[in-house]
Amino acid sequence: MSTTTPTSTEQKQASALSKLGAPRHQRSRFEMASTAFFAILRRDLTVIGREFIAFMMQVLLQPLFFLFIFGKVLPNIGVAQSNFGSLLLPGIVALTCFTAALQGVTLPLTLDLGFGREIDDRLLSPLPTSMVVLEKILFAAIRGIIGGAVIFPLGYLILGSEFSVRSDAVGLLIGVMVLTSLAGSSVGLTIGTLIKPEQIGLMFAIILTPLLFTGCTYYPWAALGSLKWFQVITLFNPLTYGAEGLRHAMVPSIHGHTLETLGLPWVFIGLTFTIVVFTAIGIQTFRRRVIS
Amino acid sequence: MQDNPTTLSTDQPAIEVKNLVKHYEKAKFNAVDDISFSVRKGEIFGLLGPNGAGKTTTIGILTTSVLPTKGIARISGIDVPSDPMAIKERIAIVPQRSNLDQSLRAREILTFHASYHGIPKAEREARADALLAELGLADRAKDIVRRYSGGMAQRLMMARALMHSPEVLFLDEPTNSLDPQSRLFLWDRIRELNAHGVTILLTTHDMDEADQLCNRIAIMDHGKILVLDTAPELKKLIPGGTRLEVRVRKPELVTAGTDHVSSSFEDVMEKLRSIPGVIKVEEGPVGENEHEQGILNIYTEDAGSLIVPVADSLASSGIEIRDLHVAHPSLEDVFIYLTGRNLR
Repeated sequence: MSTTTPTSTEQKQASALSKLGAPRHQRSRFEMASTAFFAILRRDLTVIGREFIAFMMQVLLQPLFFLFIFGKVLPNIGVAQSNFGSLLLPGIVALTCFTAALQGVTLPLTLDLGFGREIDDRLLSPLPTSMVVLEKILFAAIRGIIGGAVIFPLGYLILGSEFSVRSDAVGLLIGVMVLTSLAGSSVGLTIGTLIKPEQIGLMFAIILTPLLFTGCTYYPWAALGSLKWFQVITLFNPLTYGAEGLRHAMVPSIHGHTLETLGLPWVFIGLTFTIVVFTAIGIQTFRRRVIS
Repeated sequence: MQDNPTTLSTDQPAIEVKNLVKHYEKAKFNAVDDISFSVRKGEIFGLLGPNGAGKTTTIGILTTSVLPTKGIARISGIDVPSDPMAIKERIAIVPQRSNLDQSLRAREILTFHASYHGIPKAEREARADALLAELGLADRAKDIVRRYSGGMAQRLMMARALMHSPEVLFLDEPTNSLDPQSRLFLWDRIRELNAHGVTILLTTHDMDEADQLCNRIAIMDHGKILVLDTAPELKKLIPGGTRLEVRVRKPELVTAGTDHVSSSFEDVMEKLRSIPGVIKVEEGPVGENEHEQGILNIYTEDAGSLIVPVADSLASSGIEIRDLHVAHPSLEDVFIYLTGRNLR
């Protein structure tokens, strides 16, 4: 539908405002919504590109220190086994994917929904509110995948000769990284829409810390047989499935002995379940925040 | 217009609101309480009222961010709550408070906004430059908007709203925090836009603004529309048409220990009412630090001829006159007349 264009006699010298009667582009709903979706994604990528160094520091510093201390220093001084690095690396990759994605939703949401309501412009774009949410999940997952991928070359530098990764399961490796990142961003969405901006510090303490340490990041799940109750607890943490999936895809067999991990079907079920449930909850809680 | 289907499309109102109600959970009163109005295409329509009158909630419903409890809200014939996406394509809003995307530079805010709305690259670039120049922001186009002043942010939000050629533009208290110069500038832009066919709904608690800009005005209070008409018609609501405003010093005895109108002040008013030609006498609202003062509004057909009798009457009651003037009715008077309260 076009707005009324003034007749030429009324039209003043070409001011910017007088050009506003331009006819609207006739587009289908799908075209309209997908155009808006990718424009919003482009906006997010532009912003992150501008702060790339800061983003990298925020995402990578902690995992790399873990990798250095537990994978290099402890084995070197004889406190841990020398092959611990290769068990730890998949856990660190999963952790980075998960937390980078989680923070990639939660932190921007506090600005988006905070005092400045910076998300208004995107909410008023012609696409369903649920697609604004899905864009956030997709964007944050991209963040997670980038963060996780960067661990590989840096891990190679840190671990040196201890760095060993199976090269015959790259497809599985990428698949699990993508799912782990999506799980992180969907959990982040639910958290970000439920907490108030001033609670963000508390959130990191009481949600993120347990998540980091019960997610089989630093130990293989199968080895927990002697701590049965804890082994059960780890199954409630989506990160466990990501870390175990990556261990399956990354840890090479040593002397013909393959590392025992959580079964791959469970990995996929655990991650998919997390993504579906938390995305569904997150869309509802997000709606409640933006539509009164 | 339903009677005449052939003219339905051209006569279709830009905005149509029927028996609209918004009730927030836990609230005692309805934020919007059964209001109805319609705005013609190309009209500037004003919602006027104090804070909390329900203006912003009404805009919220029409711009898809608030779901109505009951009633009908349509824009260009489209039901707002059932097809928000189609509405979003047709409207733009300039909110009360800055909601600019702080991560972007000023010009990017415009170009990204346009790309959300599917405007091709060449067109959005050209339009962003034109609007930045038009609104006097060209030399600050590359700034991060965190460095923008309130007035600049307001103008940038205006430019953003215009990027996708909305059919209906919502302005929520557009000039609330602006200096007089920016205010006049924005008024000119609003008029210019309207001259090019954009329908505008604005809210304000500035009577002058409503008077200057709006074709029709709905005065709102407590979620209800009290009256809806053109400014001249609204002013005719005031009995007699002119008003004599007398500011007096209340005698100490009368004000001591109470904020209420005392009986003897009521006597003074009664005495004024007996003067021939006086249609109505009311005590007007006074400012916060003026408890010792009183304002008497005397409505009449010819305020000038009443100055002497009113002064005499007050003097005989021992009331000291501080100020006296003849007021031609403003919308503020209409509001005071309707509610007995000031707007702010």
